[in-house]
Amino acid sequence: MMTSSAKDKIQKEFKEEMDYDELLNCMRCGFCLPSCPTYIETGHQEKYSPRGRIALMKGITDGVIEPDDDIAHSLDLCLGCRACEPVCPSGVHYGHLLESARTIIQRNKKEPIRVKMLRKGIFNELFPHQDRMEKVTSLIGFYQRSGLSKVARKVGFMNLFPESMATMEKVLPEVPKRSEMKQRPRFFEHEGEKKATVALFAGCLMDTMFFETNKATIKLLQKAGCDVAIPENQLCCGALHGHNGELEKSKEMAKQNIEAFEAVKADYIITNAGGCSAFLIEYDHLLKDDPEWAERAKNFARKLKDISAILVALDFQKTHRLCLPEQIITYQDSCHLRNVMKTFSEPRILLQSIEGVHFVEMEGADTCCGSAGDYNIVQPDMAMQILDHKMDKVEDTNAQTIVTANPGCLLEMKLGVERANKTGSVRAVHIADVLLEALVE
Amino acid sequence: MSSSKMDKKLGKIKERLIEIVGTENVDDTTSGRLVYSYDATPNFQALPDFVVSPRTAEEVAAILKLCTETSTPVYTRGSGTNLCADTCPLKGGVVLLMKHLNKILELDKENLTITVQPGTITKEITDRVEKEDLFYPPDPSSMKISTIGGNLAENSGGLRGLKYGVTKDYAMALQVALPNGELIRTGGKLTKDVAGYDLTHLFVGSEGTLGVITEATLKLIPKPETQKTILALYQDIEAAGRSVSAIIANKMIPVTLEFLDQDTLKAVEDFAHIGLPTDAKAILLIVQDGPQEIVDRDIHKIAEICRAEQAVDVRLASSDEEAEELATARRSALSALARLKPTTILEDATVPRSEIATMVRAISDVAQKYNVRISTFGHAGDGNLHPTCLTDARDEEEMTRVEEAFAEIFEKAIELGGTLTGEHGVGVTKAPYLEWKLGKAGIEVMRGIKQSIDPKGIMNPGKVFAEHSKERLVSVK
Repeated sequence: MMTSSAKDKIQKEFKEEMDYDELLNCMRCGFCLPSCPTYIETGHQEKYSPRGRIALMKGITDGVIEPDDDIAHSLDLCLGCRACEPVCPSGVHYGHLLESARTIIQRNKKEPIRVKMLRKGIFNELFPHQDRMEKVTSLIGFYQRSGLSKVARKVGFMNLFPESMATMEKVLPEVPKRSEMKQRPRFFEHEGEKKATVALFAGCLMDTMFFETNKATIKLLQKAGCDVAIPENQLCCGALHGHNGELEKSKEMAKQNIEAFEAVKADYIITNAGGCSAFLIEYDHLLKDDPEWAERAKNFARKLKDISAILVALDFQKTHRLCLPEQIITYQDSCHLRNVMKTFSEPRILLQSIEGVHFVEMEGADTCCGSAGDYNIVQPDMAMQILDHKMDKVEDTNAQTIVTANPGCLLEMKLGVERANKTGSVRAVHIADVLLEALVE
Repeated sequence: MSSSKMDKKLGKIKERLIEIVGTENVDDTTSGRLVYSYDATPNFQALPDFVVSPRTAEEVAAILKLCTETSTPVYTRGSGTNLCADTCPLKGGVVLLMKHLNKILELDKENLTITVQPGTITKEITDRVEKEDLFYPPDPSSMKISTIGGNLAENSGGLRGLKYGVTKDYAMALQVALPNGELIRTGGKLTKDVAGYDLTHLFVGSEGTLGVITEATLKLIPKPETQKTILALYQDIEAAGRSVSAIIANKMIPVTLEFLDQDTLKAVEDFAHIGLPTDAKAILLIVQDGPQEIVDRDIHKIAEICRAEQAVDVRLASSDEEAEELATARRSALSALARLKPTTILEDATVPRSEIATMVRAISDVAQKYNVRISTFGHAGDGNLHPTCLTDARDEEEMTRVEEAFAEIFEKAIELGGTLTGEHGVGVTKAPYLEWKLGKAGIEVMRGIKQSIDPKGIMNPGKVFAEHSKERLVSVK
């Protein structure tokens, strides 16, 4: 329960910190409603729509209503997929409003000590330290390789967790050994004609749990004619922190990343995780009030490109033969890659240029799969409802392969395949992995 | 009433509402009430006491009976995209949310009709019938989210009004819940039906002030074989207006004949990024449909007329996708204008189409006179313009000028034989001016009707009928 002193403080901070012009910019036309997954999934409930959430934020700011747990829940239930932004004719930056509102509420939340410690542990002590990420991930690797995972499943240890997490545990990719992660070089030379120098944003999860996908990404970039540098001292993008009301921490992380990439002279900064790229490209917004960093953040953001966008820009699919055994492939957009980075045609162009592939567009490919950062952990019911509806659409395509462009979406689709009992007949893969698989040397 | 007495009364009403629709369909939480306190009309907000979601027509009727008994105001709401504050619960009471009543009940291919519940999304209807090569033409800009019940209550228009008419032209039969708790059926799947007063068309466009539409049967027509879209560019706004009159005078009735001025063009292009000619002072977006040869002939002739009226360029959309992009861009015009200033106030004064050029000029004169920024777009072909004022509700002095400017625009429209509102409804915003159009005696007829159906005045109070009418600015000769 929200205490009355917390309510007063939240109200005051809404008045001081919310961007009022942006709140007014929403003219309440309702054009966002059909694009909002939680509005649709809750049977058209305005309080779970972008227009409703903005009205609630404005209501608190104007003093028309007091904040309460219901309102906090309405904001918590938002996936943050930002599908409402490209369809908003008024150009409201909903994502920014949501971030500010969540930050204020989080700051004033009374959480049990246990949850507070866990948050602090994960947000401050784990993600901002790439070496610790490697250690934790290697533990998972050890757990998988030692056979412990089989034992744990047999004795029902995983049953102690929510169903979604227990299933998630089954679908985690096989993690590389820590020594392999440690020994990877920091520079890779282009193959063929040189076309660009790029710096890879390796990502915290991508560079540990999805180490193989990063390897594939580097290989593709080399083949496309890029010198690839992996700047040292880079770390997690800070998106999880930003989306969970820990904005200050994410600002620190942004600064360290900007500095790390300034040390390398690159034409582009490449990511292969839609969720990270959307946060990275808004470093300029994150640091706009910091005179020392605003310009540097802009330069960083300007160079950012997703792996599919750079490959298409460099005509990779025209200069290389791509071929796979006959199969139907469909593509699930990463919401942030689509709605914030505006990259959605490139992955489709690349997949359609693979010989043997029959590409089938999935209905609603542009709507969230329910992963949404840590959403599937904190809002498991809504996440699973969305995922199951998504899997129905996958089934309509008859695809054997679901391709995604973000680690969260990839895990979610793997989870969906497992839940739909399709493991073995349907697979979910990252676009970099499927392209490398298709590449004919 | 003292506040404790009031609370007691509300508590009793809540209990009885729960008896009718169940606990899960009565919401009186702060957040629940706040998110139904507004619609798309700027500057109107009021919290209802309850948000009630009935599941059947019978439940709707029972709620109305209860509300009449307890003198509780009722506001029927679909998706809340209304532009004249008709869905804003100004006097508290019950917001009647139609979210459960959202089914398509029957598509009758023999009689060419579709029967739907009021909460059905307009676009779901058009998509469904087009799969069968049938056509439901009314297409308000909000059709992707607006509900058919809202369209009927407001008698919504759209981009295709010129050739195909508006919502009322497709309403054949209704089921309506009345304030006394009765359910009645009006009309039928009939082209000819003169049995009694035309009650169907009394409820269509009644803006939720008489009853609640709980089911509707709509007329369908065969889907046109093909369609073509052209854009005509002008450096002179009035030349665009003259082209509209000339096209009609030449006995051409296009499906769509839309006008956009430069401000609107720029705002829309900022949103849509489809390469609109933002250097033109105005454009006409023209669509014709029908059999291939007729469409080709008409489009050719229309292009010639536009050129003769000083269009600097006439472009043909190269594909169906491009044509659809243009139509979608046009539908976003109002909301796109909202990106320019904090408040956008839109009106829809309408004139006979022969007066379009005069009206466009009058709007720009008024904007200058009151020193306010007005962008204009709209359905020029049917004389329905959307002068939109870009302003800031926080600036009281400017808001006064905005109000004066609109009063003069209404006055001008009526003087030209036009009306206050073509398709958005009277609601709250135009209620004070309604007498200018209908006269005192006309308003009295409407009051008589309202009184006989809704004697307690529970249905959407504060709308259509003004508490204080505005004095006319100029007397009509």
